[in-house]
Amino acid sequence: MSQSSSIGRALDEQRAFKYLLVAPAVFVILLIGLYPFVKLILTSFQNITMFEDDHSFNGFVHYARLFGDERLWESLLHTVAFTAVALPIEILLGYLLALLFLDPMPLKRLFVAVILLPTVISPIVAGSTWRLMFDHRFGPVNQIIAFLAGGEVKLLWTVDPFLVWPAILVAEVWQWTPFMFLILLAALSNVDREQLEAAQIDGASWLMTFRKIVLPAIAPVLFVAVLIRALDLFRLFDVIWTMTGGGPGTRTETISVYAYQMAFREFDISYSSAIAFLVIFALTALVIFALRRVEIAR
Amino acid sequence: MTRGAKGWRLAARLACALAVATLFLFPIYWLAAISIKTPEEIFAYPPVWIPSGFRLDGYVTLFRDGDAWAVWNSLVTAGISTVLAMVIGFIAAYSIVRYRTGGDHLAIWIISQRMIPPICVAFPIFLLFVSLRIVDTYTGLVMLYTAFNLPYVIWMMRGFIQEIPLELEQSALVDGLSRWAVLWKVVLPMSRAGFFATAVFTFIFAWNDFLFALILTRSDVITYPVQVTGYFGSQSTFWSKIGAMSMLGVLPMIFVVGTMQRFIVRGFSMGAVKG
Repeated sequence: MSQSSSIGRALDEQRAFKYLLVAPAVFVILLIGLYPFVKLILTSFQNITMFEDDHSFNGFVHYARLFGDERLWESLLHTVAFTAVALPIEILLGYLLALLFLDPMPLKRLFVAVILLPTVISPIVAGSTWRLMFDHRFGPVNQIIAFLAGGEVKLLWTVDPFLVWPAILVAEVWQWTPFMFLILLAALSNVDREQLEAAQIDGASWLMTFRKIVLPAIAPVLFVAVLIRALDLFRLFDVIWTMTGGGPGTRTETISVYAYQMAFREFDISYSSAIAFLVIFALTALVIFALRRVEIAR
Repeated sequence: MTRGAKGWRLAARLACALAVATLFLFPIYWLAAISIKTPEEIFAYPPVWIPSGFRLDGYVTLFRDGDAWAVWNSLVTAGISTVLAMVIGFIAAYSIVRYRTGGDHLAIWIISQRMIPPICVAFPIFLLFVSLRIVDTYTGLVMLYTAFNLPYVIWMMRGFIQEIPLELEQSALVDGLSRWAVLWKVVLPMSRAGFFATAVFTFIFAWNDFLFALILTRSDVITYPVQVTGYFGSQSTFWSKIGAMSMLGVLPMIFVVGTMQRFIVRGFSMGAVKG
């Protein structure tokens, strides 16, 4: 009797202890994570702008407005298209770099450290650096092109509508290829060497070896890396902010830049909340879809 | 393969590695060079590739004008929020691993918090901070970075704690240590390498953040990335200040890469690659 009650007390104590440990974390995440989310949904049904503070609910007005907002769909298109271009380039270059550094080499750690540097610096600094690099007069990029082309060039990288996206692409690929490189290097190091040698002896083609041995071995890691990068690219803001500010006009506006403009420049709060909710909804659906696909593939 | 062919292959790989490293390093070199150039050199055409001397005028100006406070603000907010996030995240991760608190759902819910783009919740957070009167204060930024980094800390520490053998904790409990003492005297020392690596990453995320700092600061606790963007004027761009301020933000990161290389793969891949 007394023993069972003491066990009961120990269990109660353990239960209290385990919840006590997660309590601060859950509290902080609820405050900064869940509260704004609920507030966001509420606001998106109200009518709050710079001039109005109307807290009454008026249905799906702002969501209806989303459909006719060309600037929104354009910025969404920019975001998706840029992700679709930048991500494969980063994967491909990262993979090639990983192959280069796969076998032992003198000074390997130093090389890897140097290549990694862009990834750990602030995207704001990366954007600023590339804005200076791309300066049409004082930056080195035009000089190098002029040297290669053998004549003077005056390419307005951060202003010309046809050059801004390539310029941003260069900055983004420069900063995040090392991320793919590092993760793929680790993944490739874990591919079974004996299997590769056996395939070589059997005379399997490069493509065959890649598809049957290498890809299955690195797929889980590659999937995580792609997911992390895709979500990052989707929220692209800092680099664009420093390099072009979304311009010229709205030429380089991503969904994050547009949402920022609507909320903090135009103070169209309710409408920007609707945009934010649309983005969260789309991303969640996309991630769930991606996770499902991988599970089915297994 | 003959010996000669092997040697040539290595030489070719080394040459490629050198070219690639130069390519990745060059923009940072350019930034560093701008920070120590004279104004004439910065605005020379064609550009000056190698600064003639080591002029620290850009840095001196930052300290004299008080702009360098931005770096201090970054240090304080990133530093304190890292300590808080590590402590809160560590105990939560322990509870989730050892007591299966909340099952799988709690862990998944926590990590999913990181998926949402910051801009989507930026305005409600701004409103919350206005009503709490903590806009443009250390308290506000520290609180935000703590919350923002918690999912990452919990996720990473979960992996590190899972690797600690359970027997160690059990024998410590049998020896009469309290659960609380086990946490700090057994679990923490056993996972200290992972703990330290996670802390460094947490610091980097807060150190490099721009969007939240842009929205939640005005002047008092402005951080260095916000300060950098302030030097891009519509009329003129303050190149030497951009160079110097950016370098102050980059230098700690050079140190991080130099010392933390062993953990960087795991940190970046959110634990997916053990490295």
